[in-house]
Amino acid sequence: MDRAEVESKMTDLLVDELGIDRDKIKMSATFEEDLEVDSLGVVELLMALEDNFGVSIPDEEAEKIGTVGEAVDLVMQKLGG
Amino acid sequence: MPNAIITGWGKCVPPAVLTNSDLETLTDTSDEWITTRTGIKERRISHVENSDMSAVAAQHALAAAGLEPTDIDLIIMATCTPDRMLPSAGTMVQAKIGAAKAAAMDLNAACSGFLFALSTADQMIRAGSMRRVLVIGTEKLSYWLDFTNRATSVLFGDGAGAVVIEASDEAGGLLAFELGSDGTAGDLLCAPGTGTEGSPLDIQAPSILMEGPDVFRRAVVAMGDSSARVIEKAGLSLEDIDLLIPHQANVRIIDATARRLGLDPAQVYVNIASYGNTSSATIPIAITEALEEGRIRPGSTLVFAAFGGGFTWAAAVYRWGSRTAPLGISGAALPPTEATALELLQPNVAVHGKGV
Repeated sequence: MDRAEVESKMTDLLVDELGIDRDKIKMSATFEEDLEVDSLGVVELLMALEDNFGVSIPDEEAEKIGTVGEAVDLVMQKLGG
Repeated sequence: MPNAIITGWGKCVPPAVLTNSDLETLTDTSDEWITTRTGIKERRISHVENSDMSAVAAQHALAAAGLEPTDIDLIIMATCTPDRMLPSAGTMVQAKIGAAKAAAMDLNAACSGFLFALSTADQMIRAGSMRRVLVIGTEKLSYWLDFTNRATSVLFGDGAGAVVIEASDEAGGLLAFELGSDGTAGDLLCAPGTGTEGSPLDIQAPSILMEGPDVFRRAVVAMGDSSARVIEKAGLSLEDIDLLIPHQANVRIIDATARRLGLDPAQVYVNIASYGNTSSATIPIAITEALEEGRIRPGSTLVFAAFGGGFTWAAAVYRWGSRTAPLGISGAALPPTEATALELLQPNVAVHGKGV
């Protein structure tokens, strides 16, 4: 899966699972400030990422995610890309 | 082998209400924060003991079953907040309701306790060793609240629920259940100061500690996946399920569990806004209210699921019997009180301080 596909799927998950407005989602957007995703929302996103990308993301690594782009980076890294 | 059918049900929630805005005066929180993260609007704070709430819930359940206290063979009291460790809360309830012929014991599986107790009762009835069992889920978690901890002190409340399970030739009962535990990560959700660890010289006031995000994830996976397994084990599919009655810990855990399972939110029973997390009491209170609201009908296929400290988890598929109306109504009630929830929590503030 290339980066564009991961970005596109990530955007879909944010819209479908967390109910975020699609227009607000940019790779530089921060979850907490820009998208108003709280700590449980980040956990919900992680679980959705794990299910949809077939990767495993431990909490320690998850805590470092600040922006949508960083979440994409982590998924890419987990996918070995 | 007889079936084991729930024939009576009842609840007891204490009258004093602690709202989110009350909590704003005790700890660094807000109604908005609590509501969006937990779905809780208010919870009840008990002015009586755990066993008092249990006895009232039990009397309602007995009346609904049309039974006398002396008809009961066994009382299983699921609680992690008994009045005392000795005598057990189960024996205290036995005395309070006059269930003279019953054996009585406590069972601690934290928030999963009611389902552990229900399945134990089911198996003892099916094995033929007991005919009528009173299963109570009850907690006085307000005793543990520490308002310097804003992560946990907003979540919990007090209450009790009870069911009577009887041997019956009628179709229904527990079609499948699963119990599980993982003690290797127990510190992620624990209550120090509530047992005998350490020296009696170092007694500390009890409190509840929780790593919220980690527990959230484990709860959703455990409740979602164990529910899916018991549905399969019962030979059923999602379309056969009329109502999921999950442990009420956090509405977002409930929503995420339903999503993981693929269940429509309309098929999920939620009353957390009124009571918060009452641990082992959430499911029997929810069963009672679901019946009162007509959400459980004769022959309804229910899934129960819970996750709690330990960790422990449980799921069960239960097919309701033919009767959803109580045979009798009990007048049992707690003694009245004028005390407000904030007044009842003054001892907690005196011991731990405030978080604001």
